[in-house]
Amino acid sequence: MTDNPMEKMSVVEGSYATAHAVKVCRPNVISAYPITPQTHIVEDLSQFIADGEIDNCEFITIESEFSALSALVGASAAGARTYSSTSSQGLELMHEVVFNVSGMRLPTVMTVVNRAVSAPISIWNDHQDSISERDTGWIQLYAENSQEISDLTPLAYKVAEDKDVMLPAMVCMDGFILSHVFEPVVLLEQDLTDEYLPPYRPEHILDTKNPKTFGSFADPSVYTEFRYMQQKGMDIALKKIEKAVDEFTRIFGRDHGGLIDTYRADDAEILLMAMGSVVGTIKDVIDEARIDGIKVGLLKIRSFRPFPVEAVRKTLADAAVIVVLDKNISLGLNEGSLCTEVKSCLYNTDINTPVMGFMLGHGGRDISKGTIHMIIDKSQKVARSGIKVENEFVDVRGDLI
Amino acid sequence: MIRTSEAIYKYLRPDKKYPHVWCPGCGIGIVTGALVRAIERIGLTKDEIALVSGIGCSGRVSTYLDFNTLHTTHGRALAFATGLKLAKPSLTVIVVMGDGDATAIGGNHLIHSCRRNINITSLIINNNIYGMTGGQYSPTTPTDYKASTAQYGSIEKPFDICKLVEACGASFVARGTTYHAKMLDALIERAINNKGFSVVEALSQCPTQYGRRNKLGGPIEMMQWYKDNAIHYTAFKKLSTDEIGEQFPIGVLTDLDEPDYLERYSRIIKEAGSEGQ
Ligand code: SF4
Repeated sequence: MTDNPMEKMSVVEGSYATAHAVKVCRPNVISAYPITPQTHIVEDLSQFIADGEIDNCEFITIESEFSALSALVGASAAGARTYSSTSSQGLELMHEVVFNVSGMRLPTVMTVVNRAVSAPISIWNDHQDSISERDTGWIQLYAENSQEISDLTPLAYKVAEDKDVMLPAMVCMDGFILSHVFEPVVLLEQDLTDEYLPPYRPEHILDTKNPKTFGSFADPSVYTEFRYMQQKGMDIALKKIEKAVDEFTRIFGRDHGGLIDTYRADDAEILLMAMGSVVGTIKDVIDEARIDGIKVGLLKIRSFRPFPVEAVRKTLADAAVIVVLDKNISLGLNEGSLCTEVKSCLYNTDINTPVMGFMLGHGGRDISKGTIHMIIDKSQKVARSGIKVENEFVDVRGDLI
Repeated sequence: MIRTSEAIYKYLRPDKKYPHVWCPGCGIGIVTGALVRAIERIGLTKDEIALVSGIGCSGRVSTYLDFNTLHTTHGRALAFATGLKLAKPSLTVIVVMGDGDATAIGGNHLIHSCRRNINITSLIINNNIYGMTGGQYSPTTPTDYKASTAQYGSIEKPFDICKLVEACGASFVARGTTYHAKMLDALIERAINNKGFSVVEALSQCPTQYGRRNKLGGPIEMMQWYKDNAIHYTAFKKLSTDEIGEQFPIGVLTDLDEPDYLERYSRIIKEAGSEGQ
């Protein structure tokens, strides 16, 4: 054995790394419907099952995403560890069931391979699909690279299945940019994963000896408490994610950060915020800008739900300007979702730093280093002379409108 | 005799949307050709037609045809088309779907459109697989046939699309294949002319995802298989169960003269109106 992580690495597709991570989590029921760009994950899993590599696991290509998640409600209520993966329209079609899963407190884990939403039809990446499920009571984690998506998978199960949390989790990865790209990854070891993630032993399941009901009618005298308890579960998940990260680092020796991660943020006057694969590009640009003496740093959000209000406040406290990059938009507010969250967690505090929002990368539009340099230029001006434009679209083609 | 090359310039968007995305040897182009020739034979102008499609390799048909086109979401083409037909009954509404599109994710809309007998023509291009997303098994993948999600063969029973829609009340049901291209022209022509809900199932080879995985040969061998096993419905009916084997019927399987949804709709409006007077 060697401790050199390079020697443990294999060069695999992001989807394969994800499928492998799911495999070593020992799921019992996998149910999915084909949709680009999620398909490779499910194909790899079906190959594992065909090769007898996942014990005690059923796999079904069902007739729609709606049914895919519905089947997991049944399986999870019966005590199975469940998994699905989807993208874009598939996730939107699941919407009704997405609420059901969290309302019934079933800790399903689903990889969302982020893709833009129709119309117009686009198979390329942005975050509109998972952001649209923001308020459904699912934990949402965002990965920067293949290793992180891999490592977040058992972590998602661990937190979701915690008896004080019992909430489903979406692990989000950028379509094509991560799902179809080959990167060196340490594939999760089965023995370490077994040590990290205990078998799923739910307290409440459908059992003929001890009959129970999931999702029954709740009249106005009790409904509120269901929502209240879901929010409590989210509050607890904040701490449990941090704990699960520490334990992950202890067992696997890797650390991608906790609820958030930072990069050259300590003395940063300009603090950029983002989620997902664009973080990699931002880090490169920060290195370049630092050479020019610009004090710029990064706050990366790993957990979008629960939203790490305290950690964000603490990191942003000393910045001169906060710059939020969103691959989504709340139409009608002219603002990306992360920007809204950041503003809301600064209100009623002593922090009175300008927050600039940039909406970019819609439907797979490339986010180049040049674009991020341009954003940094703009934010320098705001740091000097105050904010005039709060939110703007980036790289809009004037010739098309 | 209609020359496809002329029809191409008339009905397709050759300057804007090509080259197309289909694989060499794919059957969808042949089915699209048959659709264009059928429309030419009926003599419909481009503006009289609304073509609606879903998602998948077959969903691309609406991109290449120069009618009023509506490229919708996966499985929902018929629901969009129903609204369209109700709002503008004068349009000839044609819906192009794949097998996964029509009978899996959109199965619900298919059975209810049949039941309603609404005057829409459905062209279901059945290649027995989800082609575009990488060869997952669909509701028409035959039992024991392989797919990327059924490495040792599908354990599910496939739909017989024609029997399904017949049982659900479609007033015109026909099956053709890409080998029998001229017959397909005629079937689609009759389907469009039928007043009511019409379904044409066009068996179409997907050499890339289905043929290769199941060792069925290339497009030529797959079309040869259609040639060898397709039997005209009148002859098929005379076969005993033992004689059928892999053979399947083609041609018009159902042709009923029944009032369609819009006819009943206007009748009831008239009745209700006269009662109020
Ligand atoms: S994948 Fe199959 S159905 Fe799709 S274009 Fe290729 S051959 Fe045709």
